[in-house]
Amino acid sequence: MSGRKSYESGADGPHPEPARAGMSLPAREGRRRAATNTTFRADPLRAAPALTLALFLLPIGAGLLGTLAPAFGIFPALGETQLSLDPWRDLVAQPGFATSLRLTLTSGFLSTALALLFACGFAALASTRAGTARLERALAPLLATPHVAVAIGLAFLIASSGFLARVVSPWLTGWERPPALAIVRDPWGLSYVAGLAIKETAYLVLMVLAAQGQVRAAQALAAARALGYPPLVAWAKVVLPAIYRQVRLPVYAVLAFSLSNVEVAVVLAPGTPPPLSVLAIRWFSSWDLSLYPTAAAAATLQLLVVVAGIGAWRLAEIAGKRLHRAWCARGARHGLAGPILGIGGAGAVLSGVLVLGAIAVMALWSVAEGWRYPDALPPTLSLRNWARAAPTLVDLVGTTALVAACATAIALALALACLENEARRDLKPGAGALWLLYVPLLVPQIAFLFGAQVALVRLDLDATLLAVVWAHLLFVLPYVFLSLADPFRALDPRYARIAAGLGAGPWRTFLAVKLPMLARPIATAFAVGFSVSVALYLPTLFAGAGRIMTLTTEAVTLSSGADRRVVGVTAFAQAALPLLVYAAALAVPGLLAARRRVAA
Amino acid sequence: MTGLVLDDVAITLDGRPLVGPLSIEIAPGEVVTVMGPSGSGKSTLLAYVGGFLPKAFAARGRVAVDGTEIGALPPEKRAVGILFQDDLLFPHLSVGGNLAFGLRGSVREAARRRALVEEALAQANLAGFADRDPATLSGGQRARVALMRTLLAEPRALLLDEPFGKLDATLRHDVRAFVFARARDRGLPTLLVTHDAEDARAAGGRVIEVGVDPGQDAPRS
Repeated sequence: MSGRKSYESGADGPHPEPARAGMSLPAREGRRRAATNTTFRADPLRAAPALTLALFLLPIGAGLLGTLAPAFGIFPALGETQLSLDPWRDLVAQPGFATSLRLTLTSGFLSTALALLFACGFAALASTRAGTARLERALAPLLATPHVAVAIGLAFLIASSGFLARVVSPWLTGWERPPALAIVRDPWGLSYVAGLAIKETAYLVLMVLAAQGQVRAAQALAAARALGYPPLVAWAKVVLPAIYRQVRLPVYAVLAFSLSNVEVAVVLAPGTPPPLSVLAIRWFSSWDLSLYPTAAAAATLQLLVVVAGIGAWRLAEIAGKRLHRAWCARGARHGLAGPILGIGGAGAVLSGVLVLGAIAVMALWSVAEGWRYPDALPPTLSLRNWARAAPTLVDLVGTTALVAACATAIALALALACLENEARRDLKPGAGALWLLYVPLLVPQIAFLFGAQVALVRLDLDATLLAVVWAHLLFVLPYVFLSLADPFRALDPRYARIAAGLGAGPWRTFLAVKLPMLARPIATAFAVGFSVSVALYLPTLFAGAGRIMTLTTEAVTLSSGADRRVVGVTAFAQAALPLLVYAAALAVPGLLAARRRVAA
Repeated sequence: MTGLVLDDVAITLDGRPLVGPLSIEIAPGEVVTVMGPSGSGKSTLLAYVGGFLPKAFAARGRVAVDGTEIGALPPEKRAVGILFQDDLLFPHLSVGGNLAFGLRGSVREAARRRALVEEALAQANLAGFADRDPATLSGGQRARVALMRTLLAEPRALLLDEPFGKLDATLRHDVRAFVFARARDRGLPTLLVTHDAEDARAAGGRVIEVGVDPGQDAPRS
């Protein structure tokens, strides 16, 4: 009967199944293509993917070559043109080399493992309660705060002369003056691990929560709980494997950064000897040019460390998967998973509190006057520190914002061009494209920035804003693209069809329909890109040849020994700038929409 | 000849025949209904006529409006209006903004454009709604705005992709009557695809079944 029929075809929703299924099938060659596809017109957007890839893969490739060559003895500037392993012998013979390498490996793996545990614990706890959407929004300030600011603020908090020591002194500790305790830059690198872990936790929480939304975690959890598994154990058994697959690349990016960063290490890691990356920078910026090949060898080793590190992590994943399967097969309803995830969740909350505390204590130092040890709080507050710093600060903020705005605007244009090209040509991105996007986040910055700087000097581009913007683009583009891709691809394609049916060509549809409908994600992507750019240290240092200063390079420079009030002003400004842009990104699209409705 | 003509149209998905071969002639003001269950490719047929066939599909045959072959034209040059199950009003534009988006660009003068938009609203019993946010309209009002937006672009043929599927029963009756009346007034050849026999009956024109195994009885309707 017709009743049965209409009942059945209730599934024939807005997207008919064959069209859906057909999208993922490759079009066969040789068959007559429908002339209805819009593939027949010349369209400048066709060049977008190639241009984008060239803009960010060429400098990385050229930079890697430029680092590898001197690492193996080829350095024409010193008259060396013979392949040799001397730089490597020099590197290994450097005092403290083995300790440096060990410190790099332990801190990199430990901080990544902690951040992942914290993020999983948080997601597991969040999945048992409602309201994770609101939590995601609360993450924004934690994500936007640059690594350097977190590191400096953490040092302000936990140092033996820091805020926490002051709060409990002298009544509890008896300390009338700061004890000779190396809490920050401790020889084991624990404060360094903490600095990395608390910052990366926010990023991984965002990734894990996003993945959790995609894998129907709630249904799987409900099913497992109905079988008698308590919530956290259920999460570890049925949700974790599904989301881990989705967050693998972000975890690798965190591991690569933790194994190779310089800016957090300079502030929090021990200095004698420092991690490998800091050693490489020291030699590279030394006036003694003969250390250059050694520095190049260290940078190359840094690349090997990251490649091997990701490989080792992958092996651990495979082993972990086996263990996980066996564990699930045993059917135990209780176990250590609950308490471990609980501790992880607590670690995530503590990380968030520490980041916020770090920002607060920097703000406090920036307005402090006559704050003596062991006073818990400064006796007077004033804006004098800010007034004194104002002339430099205005320049720094100007350069930082200009570079960030340019790099992000270019990244947005490229990302939108690629996505629109994909939509117009009905292309499906493969998994390979995602890996390519992650290249700048996986290859250690040092390994290609060395060589890239040599190329910039040759092109007479070093220390120009153009070079700095380009260097920033490499790191901004992946984040902007990743943040924009999902909302862009999720836009109902029928809006474009409606517009075409109304006589609007592809450009009018793009400008008058798609862009305004995507105003919010575009604004968010801008804020993400902007905050990534503000936080970049090495790319600014290398492309700017040390002559273009931003808030970040200045904060790192000041962190080694300057007055805490001066450091507080700069580091707080560094944290506040991306936060302001985030706040604007959340507010502006709503205002625009309201105005448009009134004007229409 | 005038009207919408599909001549020997066949669509395959990855080599597997999906629709047709099919020849349909729709005279101005006539509504032809294509019926079939989900997965029968009836929406794909509309995508082909509208010019948005996804790449995985291949099509052969000819499609013409008022004697002009449109198969090689990009969608925006075909002058073929389309309505979907959802009204798809642009959420960033007001009701008037949506209608003005559809109104042909050759009308340049702002006051004249405004007047045409107001006139369209009046025809849809929505006078004075120009400045409203589409989100504040009822389902039936939104459906009428969507149709007026399509008509303001002065299409020469109309495609209806289950446009009444999401409306409740009483509303469906009204909107259906409104859409068919407007299409007939303007002499638009209209191709309707649906799974709802009631739609076909209300359209009152010819009915073509697709996606039915010829070995079995045709589903009753």
